[in-house]
Amino acid sequence: MIDLLDGLRVIEIAGDDIWGASAVAHAARILADLGADVIKVEPPTGDPVRAVPPFLHDRAGPDSGLLWIALNANKRGVRLDLPREVDRLRALLSSADVLVQARDVVDKATAASWSPSLITVSVTPYGLAGPLAGVPASDLEVTASSGALALAGEPDRAPVRTTLAQSPFWSGMYAAMGALFALAARAATRRGQQVDVSGQASMVTVHPPAAVHWDVANEEHHRLGAFLIGRSRVGARFRNIWDCADGHVSFAIQGGPIGRHTGRMLAAWMDARGFRAPQFTAIDWDAFDNRTLTQEQVNTLEAEVGAFFRTLTKREFFAGVIERNMLGYPVADASDVYADAQLSAREFWQETPIDGTTLPFPGGFALFDGERPRVRRGPPRLGEHDAEVLPTPARVGRGAVTA
Amino acid sequence: MTRPLDGTRVVELGWAAAGPLVGTYLAQHGADVIHVESTTALDPFRSTYPPFKDNVVGPDRAGMFAFYNAGKRGVTLDLKQPRGVELALQLVKTADVVIESFPAGTLARRGLGHDALRRARPDLVILSSCNQGQTGPHAQHPGYGSQLTALAGFNELLGEPGRTPVILYGPYIDYIAVGYGVIAILAALERRRRTGEGCVIDLSQYEAGLQFLAPALLEHAANGTVPTRDANHDRVAVPHGVYPSQGDDCWIALSIWSDDEWARFREVLGDPTWSRDGVLGSADGRRAREAELDARIADWTRTRTREEAVGALRERGLSAAPVESVGELFDDPQLAHRGVWRRAPHAGLGEVGLMAPPFVLSDTPARADRAGPMLGEHNEEVFKGLLGLNADEYAALAADGVFA
Repeated sequence: MIDLLDGLRVIEIAGDDIWGASAVAHAARILADLGADVIKVEPPTGDPVRAVPPFLHDRAGPDSGLLWIALNANKRGVRLDLPREVDRLRALLSSADVLVQARDVVDKATAASWSPSLITVSVTPYGLAGPLAGVPASDLEVTASSGALALAGEPDRAPVRTTLAQSPFWSGMYAAMGALFALAARAATRRGQQVDVSGQASMVTVHPPAAVHWDVANEEHHRLGAFLIGRSRVGARFRNIWDCADGHVSFAIQGGPIGRHTGRMLAAWMDARGFRAPQFTAIDWDAFDNRTLTQEQVNTLEAEVGAFFRTLTKREFFAGVIERNMLGYPVADASDVYADAQLSAREFWQETPIDGTTLPFPGGFALFDGERPRVRRGPPRLGEHDAEVLPTPARVGRGAVTA
Repeated sequence: MTRPLDGTRVVELGWAAAGPLVGTYLAQHGADVIHVESTTALDPFRSTYPPFKDNVVGPDRAGMFAFYNAGKRGVTLDLKQPRGVELALQLVKTADVVIESFPAGTLARRGLGHDALRRARPDLVILSSCNQGQTGPHAQHPGYGSQLTALAGFNELLGEPGRTPVILYGPYIDYIAVGYGVIAILAALERRRRTGEGCVIDLSQYEAGLQFLAPALLEHAANGTVPTRDANHDRVAVPHGVYPSQGDDCWIALSIWSDDEWARFREVLGDPTWSRDGVLGSADGRRAREAELDARIADWTRTRTREEAVGALRERGLSAAPVESVGELFDDPQLAHRGVWRRAPHAGLGEVGLMAPPFVLSDTPARADRAGPMLGEHNEEVFKGLLGLNADEYAALAADGVFA
């Protein structure tokens, strides 16, 4: 078992809304995967994420939401009616190292008075202070406030967000990171501190090149649909998503050693299949520089490449780029990802019993000395560990939390 | 003021985004990060990727490099020469962490594989971050982040149904791998404080990205469905969308999460006749007529500025926000309050904007006040000051091209 955070106790207080609850759940899940003992505190009505569709076998129920299941494996769970049962929360926190919460349930001063070594992590849409502190937002608004939404979509249509909410994952990831930096500081100072995570600021980190272009060249990047910008010195754009026979593939005409190798390989591939692409196959790849092509030249080459890709399925394209060691990947869907030989070879999938069935969970995010963090248990039922974890009322204040 | 990683040294071998940005987070929190690069095989962020100062290419005029390597010292070494490798290993002896992001096996061929690094420093924490991981049939496959983002399944989920998916700007998945890379190193350092053990971390950028798609993957495994893009629709909130406002390419985002919020939304709209239909009082009713509602809402937003519309909605406790461009972020009052944007002097670019982390530590805050180094800027400081080469030794190595 992965023991990197062995002995670390984390208390997660479920958020009040789906955004906050997802973000703190993801943060705590990361720490749980690394070996921390995570105890999730839910209100008697349960975490709001429990009600989010889709559900396992399409059967709605408090334990069968797939977002819930994904975010809450490897945790134990208890119910607390806050603020009425604040004493029991305080008792829980007396043996905890990290508290993760979606608003200031326990503020900095209270945390310091209860337990000076406690690290409190708050994840909110905009941060705990400032003009937008306390303003409600969900994934869509957080993404809109970050520049990320303006950069996605077709130029003459509305911006679009990823259909699976991404900002709770980003914010939760940075919350886990912030908690670990605070833990490193605590090793020297012996004191906890507050970590204030902003969803908006988290999403600003997903597109640094756009910020650099604005800062250095005073150039604003806009959404360009399936096209890349920022590769050309004369402003040409390059297609990065293409139609293929049964879906889409991702590829770009590129320069540099790997880009030129890729072009050479693609030309040979076209040739081997008897596909006529006179402009593309005439390129002198030793001298090729994509940065100086005009848009018209790019369009001519892309017309030929696009016609070739329409003769290939996603899986033919994938096998072809692997065989030729060239750049490019299919636009995979979930079924393609489960079929990927690389993930199977690395034993990525973790068969996990959930509610009478077995689900192949995505495994831990990295290998540590060759070992992958495991899904040790499914998510807790509401109040499943009340008796095991919570001090009885008579023992409140003595920090009687058992592992 | 103390910072969490004061006294921690990091040696970094890698280029572009996915490796170096890991080191930047560590540097911002106090680590002494020494970025090792080559003058002959230049980082593409120094040689290729715009923007450059005044659009003139040059390794010390590159905006991307200056941003992605903030807070580090920079040295150059020719790792094709044995003396270059030897100096790299001497650096590693003084280090707590090594970050490398070359294709699997590259460093081992230069005599800098995991075993060699750990011989130099047995309790080392090593992060190897690459496209597909260190093992498996695709371990050697070269890849760029924007295309790996597609392989993981993000693009399938982005765009309008029935239309070609759109891109996520930049190498989206690389930044996920950066976040998990930092987390992995910090967790390994935590164990080292406890047990004295080092750790070798094999991070596949692909697998890191899949963490953010877990619910969609489980949905396929559980129900056999294949999740796909659905424009701006949501499975809970309705309406939930992006609507045009006054101005050129100006939009607002808003979402309604409950029947109670719908009632307040109607008031903001001025309780128009169409909105009084009782069927719309439930999410199911609204979902059945979502296209019609979206058109009605757009009629309302189109005649207002972003600020008017968003202000009216927020006043009633509803979720709404302007769609901000990246340029606008530099004037965003909330980001300014948090000190997200910082400025630092840079010998080649004049001054550059840097980004502070998205979390604020109350007692040991990050610093973002140093841009990335010039090419070879700290060679003398590091090789003489840290490794103790004398002037003659340094000059001889320089003459042999070891610092190339």
